[in-house]
Amino acid sequence: MTMHFLLLFSRQGKLRLQKWFLPLPERERKKIVKDMTTMVLSRKPRTCNFLHWKDLKIVYKRYASLYFCCALENQDNELLALEILHRYVELLDKYFGNVCELDIIFNFEKAYFILDEFLMGGEIQETSKQSIAKSVEASDMLQEVRH
Amino acid sequence: MSDVVEKTLTALPGLFESQTGAAKITNRLRQLIKSITELTSKHEEENLIKRELSAIKEQVSSPNTTMKQMREIMVRAMYCEMLGYDASFTYIHAIKLAQQGGVLEKRVGYLAVSLFLNEGHELLLLLVNTVLKDLQSTNLIEVCMALTVVAQVFPKDMIPAVLPLVEDKLSHPKEIIRRKAVLALYKFYLIAPNQVQHIHAKFCKALSDKDPGVMASSLHIYLQLIRESPDSYKDLTGSFVTILKQVLGGKLPVDFNYHSVPAPWLQIQLLRILSLLGKEDQSTSELMYEVLDESLRRAEMNHNITYAILYECVKAVYTIHPKAELLEKAARCIGNFVLSPKINLKYLGLKALTYVVQHDAKLALQHQMTIIECLDHSDFTIKRETLELLFRITNAQNVTVIVEKMLDFLRSCNDEHTIIHLIGKVAELAEKFAPDNSWFIQTMNDVFSIGGDLLQQDVPNNFLRLLAEGSESKEEDDQLRLYAVESYLTVLKGHTSHLPQCFLQVMSWVLGEYAHLQESVDRREVIRLLTQLLDQRSVSSETRVWILSALTKIPEGQTDLILDLAESLSSSQDTVLRQQAQELRHLSQDSQLREWVLPRGAPWDGIEVDSSLSFLDGFVSEALAAGAAPYKPPHQRQEELCEDRALNLEPYSFSLPVSLSSCSITDRQSPTLLSVSSGLSGNSAELSQKAGSSTLILEGVKRVWGKDGYLPQKEATAPPVDEPSAAVQPASQQEAAERIEPRPEPSTQNQDKQQLASSLFVGLGVGSSVSLLGKSEAPPPRFRKKPRPHESSSSSGTSKRSSDSSSHSSRNTTDSFLYGSFPEEEPATSISTFDHTPKSTTANGLSQNKDTKEDRHANTSQILGGDMVIVRPSTIQDKHPPSVSSDLTALLPADLKDLPHSDVISLTSDPSLSLSSCRLFRDEALLLVIFISNCTETVIKDVAVQLTCEELKTASLRGNVMDCLEARSTSVCHYALLMDDPHTNVSLTGTVSYQTQPGHTNTLPFSGTLSTADFIRPLVVTTEEYGKLWLSLSHDVKQNLKLLTDAGDPLRTTLNALKDALQLHVVDIIGSEGIVACRLLSGAPCLLHCRVNGAALAMWLRSPHPALPDFILYHCQRALAHH
Repeated sequence: MTMHFLLLFSRQGKLRLQKWFLPLPERERKKIVKDMTTMVLSRKPRTCNFLHWKDLKIVYKRYASLYFCCALENQDNELLALEILHRYVELLDKYFGNVCELDIIFNFEKAYFILDEFLMGGEIQETSKQSIAKSVEASDMLQEVRH
Repeated sequence: MSDVVEKTLTALPGLFESQTGAAKITNRLRQLIKSITELTSKHEEENLIKRELSAIKEQVSSPNTTMKQMREIMVRAMYCEMLGYDASFTYIHAIKLAQQGGVLEKRVGYLAVSLFLNEGHELLLLLVNTVLKDLQSTNLIEVCMALTVVAQVFPKDMIPAVLPLVEDKLSHPKEIIRRKAVLALYKFYLIAPNQVQHIHAKFCKALSDKDPGVMASSLHIYLQLIRESPDSYKDLTGSFVTILKQVLGGKLPVDFNYHSVPAPWLQIQLLRILSLLGKEDQSTSELMYEVLDESLRRAEMNHNITYAILYECVKAVYTIHPKAELLEKAARCIGNFVLSPKINLKYLGLKALTYVVQHDAKLALQHQMTIIECLDHSDFTIKRETLELLFRITNAQNVTVIVEKMLDFLRSCNDEHTIIHLIGKVAELAEKFAPDNSWFIQTMNDVFSIGGDLLQQDVPNNFLRLLAEGSESKEEDDQLRLYAVESYLTVLKGHTSHLPQCFLQVMSWVLGEYAHLQESVDRREVIRLLTQLLDQRSVSSETRVWILSALTKIPEGQTDLILDLAESLSSSQDTVLRQQAQELRHLSQDSQLREWVLPRGAPWDGIEVDSSLSFLDGFVSEALAAGAAPYKPPHQRQEELCEDRALNLEPYSFSLPVSLSSCSITDRQSPTLLSVSSGLSGNSAELSQKAGSSTLILEGVKRVWGKDGYLPQKEATAPPVDEPSAAVQPASQQEAAERIEPRPEPSTQNQDKQQLASSLFVGLGVGSSVSLLGKSEAPPPRFRKKPRPHESSSSSGTSKRSSDSSSHSSRNTTDSFLYGSFPEEEPATSISTFDHTPKSTTANGLSQNKDTKEDRHANTSQILGGDMVIVRPSTIQDKHPPSVSSDLTALLPADLKDLPHSDVISLTSDPSLSLSSCRLFRDEALLLVIFISNCTETVIKDVAVQLTCEELKTASLRGNVMDCLEARSTSVCHYALLMDDPHTNVSLTGTVSYQTQPGHTNTLPFSGTLSTADFIRPLVVTTEEYGKLWLSLSHDVKQNLKLLTDAGDPLRTTLNALKDALQLHVVDIIGSEGIVACRLLSGAPCLLHCRVNGAALAMWLRSPHPALPDFILYHCQRALAHH
């Protein structure tokens, strides 16, 4: 279940977060972001949440105004990836409390920190909401103390 | 469930109020983001960011900027980068921030580093010390951050620096640290497997960690390890089963639940591991039946995640050794998926079905109506998945319908990747199952015009080879060719400007070769059509060359036209075209010369290739005598270039494609890909290294290996020329059925679907009851092998002729057959031992062999394809009981007996057959010998071995097909395997099919693994040559290895141990240093420089191949560890 990348973008195709689990040159990344936004945004309603792209599978899901989109290898389990995206949304929701796109825009580094506790190197690292919240908060606490 | 979150996300306003305690945004960033959202044009955004970036630039270079400010700046820089603007000047500051800042700054610094710097970015080197410091920090959070960044961005060469510290963290008291360390090591394992070789024991500890999170992380590594070599981990099956049972039983903390399903990710990981372990292993599979059953039973809740688990479970059930009860349950599960109204589940159902029909084609029948609905689904993804499924169930009866569907889809598709992928499949199906000539040619026309120049080169190559090599019957071959010619003439008469180059090339080649078959067409017309193409601007110069050589081949009589053409081209700017025009002019005037250069209907097998270029020896020695410089291999030239940089001595690159050298006219006969093996056939290693020369000589080589294996076999099934009456019949019946079918009922749509179903799924089921329209005609053979005229006569011949001189004669045959020359091109004379089967001999275009009287066994073999020259089973009527494996090596053909070989291991067996294998190490290949022993008292017929391995190339094989295997006898079949790119372990899978009773085919699967070590050969060089070669190699790896100190000189002992284990060549040992050389078969060399460094052996490896040193290092480590 190696995830190749995870992208968050808005309905207008604006990138909100990008995580690359495999090294890719800058140019390639830009092209992928462009491909993903055009492909995913042009999907019609009531189609499935999966796409073929090159030899990868793209799994995406829209939450309000944000699209969560990730790439997996062909033999991986698409439904599971969908649940990974969902768990990430839940984590964001728990952290921000009623998360919305603007939370992620203005605190994108926090969104990255949460992601880093959840996935590591494209693999699930921790699935427990509590543990992730705990470790993210532990780092945030330091911030409070120092202030 | 997702509704909840969607609702929460829609609460867009109230952003600033909703800031939770920690999430304070700095003013500058807020301002930046706000002003960007207010912008209306891209141009304004660009200006704004430009201003922002220059402000950042100013701030970062100011000495007064505090770390805290720097942190805020870094966040802004990340934001700019996310928008797609270059902020690379901040990268170094990100590293500084991670280095010098407090914990909080570090966190942002590390984040910026992981976002900015790719693996391999040079600035990463500056990070090593920071990471080392943080890994040793007493602050848990710092350690966590360091581990995260290590797993994210560290490249291969930086891993050794941090490895010991990361390894230590495996026994850290905090579980979060252990978990991250395990994942970091997993990442290292993926990047550089050899470097974490030594910590396997610790992985095992992680697996039994008391924290379930750490255990779950270790499964990532195990999944990978087991995927590479399942056999080494069979003993862990019990543990994995127990863990899964515990998970299912809800023994894990509630924390691990996801929507009240216990640890779904963990479950899926375990299911994958179990399916790998249970694959083709009955006893291991039996251990897991119970838990799989429970898994299937438990996952009943209606939630996506349970479906994800079910899908994995179904796959596992179908992968491991089958159990009827489980299969039935799994099949029901698939039904739930496929019939689900939820489109995601439907998709997954199709995917599962695609996987499952390989094992049980009947399942597709149950869901035929759904499949047909999906075929017309508005969702592209679903459609494509359905075609994938149809591809798997294609047979000779439904091929026309399925191919039509695929082509329809392709016509409306504009994704390059999809086109390339699917069009290849269409071509494959067309070759395999074509019902008749005209359909085949028409379909291939579609393939060429849709696939166009995106097509993989092997599609046109295979097609042309198929036309050219033909089958047994010349008449049928010619009929196919005639169809092609007619069809192409029609195409060329229409609009040609839109046709892809590769299609034009195919057409011109076919017209050049076979236009003469079509009596009714005026040659002038053909010439006119071809010449017309030359005038088109869209035609590439490569295609022009193809057209010209086609014109060269069209017989005499039209000299005036040709001369005009040659005249007009002789002033072309393209030198290649000019040269071709010259040749054209020459040959058209001299019919005798043309007859000699381009013999019509020359047999394909007659082309012999002297890959050692010995015919040039005279020329070379003359040139040398006349003062020419001796040939230097490329690396040597490169080296001299480096020494002397003053002048640009680099030769200009070829202005003409290599294949268009002066001998190109004959070369045109086979516009094929290079034969894989031929590159290795030269006597000198240099030959195979310099691509230029090998391309030059190999043009004429017949390609015997395609992507699906041995081509003649495929061709045997492919050309739709044999049994035309039998083949055409079902198709026409089908057509007729379809034509009659239109019924007057109003519900025609449904009718259409049913009809489609019947045509799609025909030939899948056993009884007519399953198929909707009840077509139950017996399917014609799917693989239409060419008739084997000598089959019966040969087997009877065996019994008559078998004599006491059997061992002698078998030696004799093998002597003349095996390895006289390595490529498949056997000298024609030694092949045709079939003088008693004149039909096959003539079909092969082989000459007669006088020595065959001695060969009493020739007739036990058969030729599958008309041109399958090398399949030569050396059946040996041995008197040994087949089970005694140690005696099996005695059965090796005489010329193989002397080769170093491994022990004979048993591969698989069933009551009738038992298979063992043995590896033989030849310089340029690994020979995998498979002994097939008949354990019964009856003759086993039609034994055929099929071996597949994705990572290896098979250069040749012998004896994989035989008519019959006498009772209690053993036959030997061997494969020469080549490894182009090193892999740690390569798994081989294969099947043996045989018939104990006529018409009843059994198959026996087997599998095995090979390691890179099997492909390493000593490279014998002198110290001086070694030195030169060393300088010319670029990729190097250094590592300290264990030094064996048990006896005598440690260096010598260690090197000898390595030499024994890996077949290395120890070049020299001077003092505390030793140099060793080896190569990957006769390909890339690898040089090892070893120095005693205290108690360790400092090993430095270099090779032109980027990955080879790693693999050799890996095996050295293993060899020393096992010593």
